[in-house]
Amino acid sequence: MDPAQVAETLKHGAVPTAWYLALSAVLFVIGVAGFILRRNIITVFMCIELMLNAVNLSFIAFAHEHKQVAGHLFTFFVMVVAAAEAAVGLAIILTVFRNRSTLNIDEIESLKN
Amino acid sequence: MEFLVITGVKLALILFIFMTALAYLQWVERKVIAHVQVRMGPSRVGPHGLLQPLADVIKLITKEGVLPPHVNKFYYLAAPFFAVFMALISISIIPFGTDLTIPAITLGGATYGPWKTMMELADVNVGVLLILAVSSLGVYGIALAGWSSNNKYALLGGLRSSAQMISYELPMSLAIAAPLLTAGSLSLRTIADTQTGFYFGVIPHWAIFQFPAPQIFSFIIFMIAAFAETNRIPFDLPEAENELVAGFHVEYSSMSFAAFFMAEYANMVTVCSVATILYLGGWQPLFPASLGSDLIAPLLLAGCGAICLYHGLHPARPFDRITLPVFAVVFFGLAGLMAFPPTIPILMPIFWFLAKLLFLLFLFVWIRATLPRFRYDQLMGFAWKFLFPVALLNLLITGFLVALAS
Amino acid sequence: MDPLFFLLFAFIAVACGVNVVLQKHPISSALSLVAVMASLAVLYLLQGAEFIAMAQMIVYAGAIMVLFIFVIMLLNAGPEETKGRSWAALIFGVPAIIGLMGALAYFMQTGMPELGSVKFGDWKGGGAYEVGYALFTEYLLPFEVTSVLILIAIVGAIVLARKEID
Repeated sequence: MDPAQVAETLKHGAVPTAWYLALSAVLFVIGVAGFILRRNIITVFMCIELMLNAVNLSFIAFAHEHKQVAGHLFTFFVMVVAAAEAAVGLAIILTVFRNRSTLNIDEIESLKN
Repeated sequence: MEFLVITGVKLALILFIFMTALAYLQWVERKVIAHVQVRMGPSRVGPHGLLQPLADVIKLITKEGVLPPHVNKFYYLAAPFFAVFMALISISIIPFGTDLTIPAITLGGATYGPWKTMMELADVNVGVLLILAVSSLGVYGIALAGWSSNNKYALLGGLRSSAQMISYELPMSLAIAAPLLTAGSLSLRTIADTQTGFYFGVIPHWAIFQFPAPQIFSFIIFMIAAFAETNRIPFDLPEAENELVAGFHVEYSSMSFAAFFMAEYANMVTVCSVATILYLGGWQPLFPASLGSDLIAPLLLAGCGAICLYHGLHPARPFDRITLPVFAVVFFGLAGLMAFPPTIPILMPIFWFLAKLLFLLFLFVWIRATLPRFRYDQLMGFAWKFLFPVALLNLLITGFLVALAS
Repeated sequence: MDPLFFLLFAFIAVACGVNVVLQKHPISSALSLVAVMASLAVLYLLQGAEFIAMAQMIVYAGAIMVLFIFVIMLLNAGPEETKGRSWAALIFGVPAIIGLMGALAYFMQTGMPELGSVKFGDWKGGGAYEVGYALFTEYLLPFEVTSVLILIAIVGAIVLARKEID
């Protein structure tokens, strides 16, 4: 998208769809970075949620772009899956903490080697 | 520009009235509970303790705000703000009357107006969902207060409140979904408008009486869940004073303590307004105007005035001789205003809305004075084993009946 | 107005997203994530997705994140220890991430030049009625499948959480 076109869009009080997609990409990459960098299992889990949210944003942006409601439905399903995932994942974290009394993913390594 | 001015005026008015009402709700609660328990209640500050809220506010503002050394400072200070913010935000989308038209005025040759506005701050397409979203965010204030206090009682209170609010949100949402099926809209104003009219000229079209599926069970479930969402007795486990000292606000003092109370009362008002709009027809009268529903308000107020006047003339306490006649004059004045024809279309909806709202608020206070507290396992069992299935069944039956009727 | 709102909430989203990663304490991360979700809900509203924006607040911010905070409070998880972190990863990793971020954004901007623009109110297809209609007609099967998925999740969570280990 060339700058002149962007300026024209902004002058009409609209935002280029590409900006939403760029924001989505930025958030996704932040999520990936957190997933790799962090050691606390709960924070790692939260970074996954952040990535899911970033993807949702691009679903919504494309739904608006194509004027179709399908993108909203995908987002809806992602939310449902995230809720189910959070329930099971947090139950797993609780069990892990009960067994090992640590949340550090570096110390939960009995399946290694 | 005009829109901004009108909205600003409405905002200031609503905020002022709402804040005053919150302070006086505390007075009403203390008075009602006192009378249930055959006591006097606050009666020293001002006539009948009417200035008690003012005294309380001054006391709370001027008290020293203690910052305990062991707390997490940022979250400790942020939690009460968050609680109050989330409690106040939802009042902005509650409609409390029909359209209001202010007649044009001529000022120095130029004519201003007429202005037409709705009696609410904003009519949102997805108002019901917004209310649910904001009420589900309210739990953060309490949970954070409990966690950041770094105190075992406060932490237990915060844990209990988050578990309780997640659990009771489910039956609440399912209960709300049932009247939405008959209304066919998510905007609170539209929902209230669909409840206009009467069956056989007498029975109002309110959702609790509505034709294919009367929502009486939904209303009861909603009210029970509302008690739990606002942390009121019998579901006040987060602050259970005889188990947890004061629960999540054990470490709070001065204004930050008052903030939690304000949030609780604001939540009560919001929940009762939503119940009024969803189930009790909002501002629709109990019976048609042809049968004289417009006379109820002036008669009621005049009756109050007459009682005050009678007791003023036969005083039980010396100061009643002065105060009660003054109240009588105020009541008579209000009655006259209600009976004044040009104001009837504006004031009558507000009167009916307030009447229903105050009845529900009275219910809250009444139950607080009556019922003991649940045990924690009973609370969870009640939500998941009783309320949830009943709400689901109610939704199923409503959907079936609505589909049959259409 | 639209670009202003977009920039404001995009900034909040990115700043809080970075905060999620940088904060040492899980509670701070969780609250930053709530802020990200709230600002994303506003961005959804700007794109006419009323229902999804509210669902985002109710489901994500109001249920999932409360669950996270509940677990963090329950486990009384303290700040994360930073020992054993490799400096090489930090020195090479951070520029690589910034590079990846920039490359992704760049390709988004250039790869799809024919993308349109978003203006508040120019598409009203995201209301509760439209979403609900599509959900119960065209997408009925996925909807039913997700209900089965949730049932599985409920059973799984109960089995995992109730097991007493001694």
